[in-house]
Amino acid sequence: MAILITPSTKILVQGITGDFGGRHAKLSLDYGTQVVAGVTPGKGGLVFTHGAHQVPIFNSVADAVKATGATVSAIFVPPPFAADAILEGVDAGLDLVVAITEGIPVKDMIRVKRAMQGKATRLLGPNCPGIVTPGTGKDSSGGCRIGIAPGYIHKPGHVGVVSRSGTLTYEAVFQLTSKNIGQTTCVGIGGDPVNGTSHLDIIKLFNADPETHGIILIGEIGGNAEVEAARWIKANCKKPVAGFIAGATAPAGRRMGHAGAIVGGAEDTAAAKIAVFKECGIEVAETPSDMADALLRAAKAMGVTLT
Amino acid sequence: MNIHEYQAKALFEKFGIAVPKGTTATTPEAFITALADLPEGPTMVKSQIHAGGRGKGTFTDGFKGGVKFCKTKHDAREMAAKMLGNTLVTAQTGPAGRKVQTIYFTVASEIKKEYYLAILLDRNSAKPVIVASTEGGMDIEKVAHDTPEKLFKIIVDPAYGLADFQVRELIFKLGLTGAEAKNAAKLIRNLYTCYWETDAAMLEVNPLITTPTGEVLALDAKVSFDDNALFRHPEIVALRDLNEEDSKEIEASKHSLSYIALDGNIACLVNGAGLAMSTMDIIQHFGGTPANFLDVGGGATKAQVIAAFKIILGDPNVKGILVNIFGGIMDCNVIAQGIVEAVKEVGLTLPLVVRLEGNNVLAGKATLDASGLALVSGSTMADAAQKIVKLVA
Repeated sequence: MAILITPSTKILVQGITGDFGGRHAKLSLDYGTQVVAGVTPGKGGLVFTHGAHQVPIFNSVADAVKATGATVSAIFVPPPFAADAILEGVDAGLDLVVAITEGIPVKDMIRVKRAMQGKATRLLGPNCPGIVTPGTGKDSSGGCRIGIAPGYIHKPGHVGVVSRSGTLTYEAVFQLTSKNIGQTTCVGIGGDPVNGTSHLDIIKLFNADPETHGIILIGEIGGNAEVEAARWIKANCKKPVAGFIAGATAPAGRRMGHAGAIVGGAEDTAAAKIAVFKECGIEVAETPSDMADALLRAAKAMGVTLT
Repeated sequence: MNIHEYQAKALFEKFGIAVPKGTTATTPEAFITALADLPEGPTMVKSQIHAGGRGKGTFTDGFKGGVKFCKTKHDAREMAAKMLGNTLVTAQTGPAGRKVQTIYFTVASEIKKEYYLAILLDRNSAKPVIVASTEGGMDIEKVAHDTPEKLFKIIVDPAYGLADFQVRELIFKLGLTGAEAKNAAKLIRNLYTCYWETDAAMLEVNPLITTPTGEVLALDAKVSFDDNALFRHPEIVALRDLNEEDSKEIEASKHSLSYIALDGNIACLVNGAGLAMSTMDIIQHFGGTPANFLDVGGGATKAQVIAAFKIILGDPNVKGILVNIFGGIMDCNVIAQGIVEAVKEVGLTLPLVVRLEGNNVLAGKATLDASGLALVSGSTMADAAQKIVKLVA
């Protein structure tokens, strides 16, 4: 089992004819992911070819869904048009929309988030690396890779990883795999101040997933999403959890790459979040090199096997 | 992106938000003509720099106060001469301070009472929030901490915009009545329109004032915009003042690199914002101090790596460099070639520690080894950080 996506999930790619979207659609196909459709308005009827793969392109998400039964979308369209692309996926009734695009205006996301209220579709991102459920083939191929994460670093297993940052997620996954510890699903929720799915949403899914035995929670300065997740974990989660917060050295008021990574007040500093983690029984990784080991410590303390 | 107070006030006027009459000058010769636009009488002289805390700041020549009240226009002219071209240090500028290149003169309004008003994003609800307080002119974080009952928040539903009943609620909470209430309602509505239409990140009016004649005025104005939305606001991009920005940060943005200068002596070059932040953290964890945040992005090219090296070496405080790359999709060998070329091109003499991991890492390491460069290899982030800290110590 895994959360949100499985190796048989059918996905479509919005912006498949762009450089970025096309490159990653090919990598997903190589990984064995069921990329069944592409969407580029005005290019419907064309075919996206990669080796033996022939992926039909449609003018709209609705057309693609009708023809192929895709339930999940990956969005690679440029920032000015990305909010509209998300809403199109929501309107087509997709289960999950994964917005990879970086640089979407905050106002556009405020409107998207409001428009999604009461809808069944879940949004992951924007400005996120995507989501991977590793497969059982060589280097975890045969899994479902949506977005831009390197597939080969994964290994199927029992740890869930959730993070705002792409490369920090890869760092954690790589450490786990190097220690022969596999993952159920690895989720990037994105580095923007307004995003679709929170740390807490993902933690709840991992907690409910019987295959997930332990969780790594990676956060950053800014906002209170990590604190919210930690308090819920304290009250509800019986699985070992390790946590890391990036940005201890970030000066207040400066945006550290991610639009959401900015210290506004005393509550959203790295020190404040780490203190809450400790108070909530989360094993804190002192450095990013310590993330997998921190989870091993937490698992050992609770008598849980991760492999 | 930030703008100056005088630019923010001009923007406010466009949206029908009342501000005291003002005028600017950028040379001493222009003081007289600028002041001719204002009536004779009490005048404020305000240094225009992007940092806050101007009133309590000190100039590098010892002169105190970047914002001054003057009884006459003549006094205002003399005061302005002391500020223009001088360097102002405030709690927000850092010790180097900022050179004052524009003086803003305004009519000194008679103040009946001061209030606080701001509009920004409420991250928890993902909606705009209007924050108001009866405690104007104060540090609002302190008000929130000491007297939270004097801080009022209204969350605006983006589907409908600011509703009249919400404006009334704010007016009642602020205790305004009569002409003051009417004028404040208009100001709040227009301020919200300004926030929404310009893609502002934050509008802050501290203080908002009432006058003895029932006027409601924005006495100060601090405005910043969402960088992601600037593509649709050329009129706001035109307000950008490059004098207020770090030259290395401007250079970095030209190469699509995300760079922020810090005070330490170990430069870092990393791919990904989260990894870049935590690379700074791990340097500090092992006793060093980071000189910068630098994210070369997920798909860095050789040219970008070379540009990145030049930028970090432009900081005279840098005593060593840590390169930390997790090549997920990015080919480690491409990065390695970029490092070798960059080091040769800039003639690097400082200690360099490189930690490469991920895609095609063996070829990347071979490239570094074959280069003959005097660089040190780190196996993990912790190992690399410890090595660079030791080398610069």
